[in-house]
Amino acid sequence: MNATPEAALDTAAQFSPQGEVVMDCKLDKIFYGDFLAVRSSDVPIEKGKITGFIGPSGCGKSTVLRSLNRMNDLIDIFRFEGKVTYKGQDIYGKKIDPVVVRRYIGMVFQQPNPFSMSIFDNVAFGLRLNRFKGNIEEKVEKALQRAALWNEVKDKLKNSGLSLSGGQQQRLCIARAIATEPDVLLMDEPCSALDPIATRQIEELMLELKERYTLALVTHNMQQAMRVADTTAFFGVDISAGGRTGYLVEMGNTKEVFENPQEELTRQYVAGEFS
Amino acid sequence: MSNAELTAAAQESELPSLNRQILERRALKSGLLTTLTWIAAILASIPLFSVIYMLVVQGGARVDLEALTALPPAGFEMGGGFGNAIVGTLVMVGIAAIVSVPLGILAAIYLAILDPSSKIASLSRFLAKVLTGMPSILAGVFAYAAVVLLMGTYSAWAGGIALAVLMLPTVVLTAEEALKMVPQRMKDAAFGMGCTRSQVIWKVVLPTGLPGVVTGVMLAVAGAAGESAPLLFTALFSNYYISELAEPTASLSILIYNFSGMPFDNQIELAWAASLVLVLIVLVFNILARLFGQPKV
Repeated sequence: MNATPEAALDTAAQFSPQGEVVMDCKLDKIFYGDFLAVRSSDVPIEKGKITGFIGPSGCGKSTVLRSLNRMNDLIDIFRFEGKVTYKGQDIYGKKIDPVVVRRYIGMVFQQPNPFSMSIFDNVAFGLRLNRFKGNIEEKVEKALQRAALWNEVKDKLKNSGLSLSGGQQQRLCIARAIATEPDVLLMDEPCSALDPIATRQIEELMLELKERYTLALVTHNMQQAMRVADTTAFFGVDISAGGRTGYLVEMGNTKEVFENPQEELTRQYVAGEFS
Repeated sequence: MSNAELTAAAQESELPSLNRQILERRALKSGLLTTLTWIAAILASIPLFSVIYMLVVQGGARVDLEALTALPPAGFEMGGGFGNAIVGTLVMVGIAAIVSVPLGILAAIYLAILDPSSKIASLSRFLAKVLTGMPSILAGVFAYAAVVLLMGTYSAWAGGIALAVLMLPTVVLTAEEALKMVPQRMKDAAFGMGCTRSQVIWKVVLPTGLPGVVTGVMLAVAGAAGESAPLLFTALFSNYYISELAEPTASLSILIYNFSGMPFDNQIELAWAASLVLVLIVLVFNILARLFGQPKV
């Protein structure tokens, strides 16, 4: 086995998912200005599973994740070449409205980012945005329950979302994201700002959420990927072309990737030889 | 030496003295500087408190229902008040706020969010900063040329627009600061929920930055309420309650200016009382600014 980029490409292409693929990311190149940030990576995301993205800093795993609901469009110099299909439609297609894409493909961020409004209004935000006509109270309660936060906040729904602890804020953000019933939930290192107990709660929550939603998770923490991800994509950094360009090294069942990696680079990374 | 003496000596050599040395150079210097800052702080607040003291002593007795509601007295007449001036000031400040607040907030949205680094943005930011330092009488000159000459009469409109010109830069700059304070992560969250850019601004950025925006508006209003120069040749003065916006209008600051120069005790007392009322109005706006100004971020 060698770890040259070409070999990595071959293996990456070999991963064939078993289940239904909700989102298929076939990216060719991602640029920030002239800088090639990520190159040729195929990342299929299966329905009802948790797909973990791991890799060293600067490998582009967050960039790839944020490309999946066009969050990167907010960065002026960002340029995407390739295709991301969601249920067969290319979300980078000419007729696609990124605003609508984001209503189906929700996102949870690294830093808990509740709005400066009450807990209730935070969760109801997306419902009101979509002019939801039904019973908002019921929907909010359900979302908070699914986010395992209801019991802690049911008596103080009028308090500011910012009055909660970090872990609670992150669960509030998850409740806010799932209140509108998105199809796919992208999570960009959702536990990196949290303590171990809050992290464990969010991980348990992710395992429950995958019953209803498809999850994609970027994490710095290999143990976390092992604990929750069904499929793991390992990204590496290629410095051969001068810059630091990320690419998909290997993707497969989490157990396989960690216990029997096909690539030397993956083996070194999961063994903790570099980070 | 006995055993006990030995231990005592050993302890003395090992343990540094941690006691406070009041007469040490460093301690003396520190004490001196602390005292100096105290004195400076007290000196700095003397003008403010002496002004308020004078106003309460000289004007407090005349602030009654008659002073607050009656019309200004003529020459040797006794009694009277400045009700029309209070109404006039509030009306003109209201006109100024209605003109400058929406315009200022929209401009702030452009400067803070839409295109902060464009040439238009940096130019208007620079001009706004220049305008904050502009002598207020120039706002009056502008309104005289733009409104009084056009309408052919002194009016509340002209006074209000002169005050609006003065308020606008303060509103723009403070609102811009407040909107810039809204963390990027909240905007990201809103975009991630599927908000359009205008929804992000109206539903997240403005509500979050609102306390700061309100503070800026209140301070601008307080400043405008106390202005006299821009009203001198725009609103002029009137001895009657305002009946329409297109006629000369009384204001507290002009009334104070007029009455304080008169040779009649009654008018001079009323000028003191009007000054106190004006300070109280400004104070109320300042307190409101503080109450709303608790940032929510």
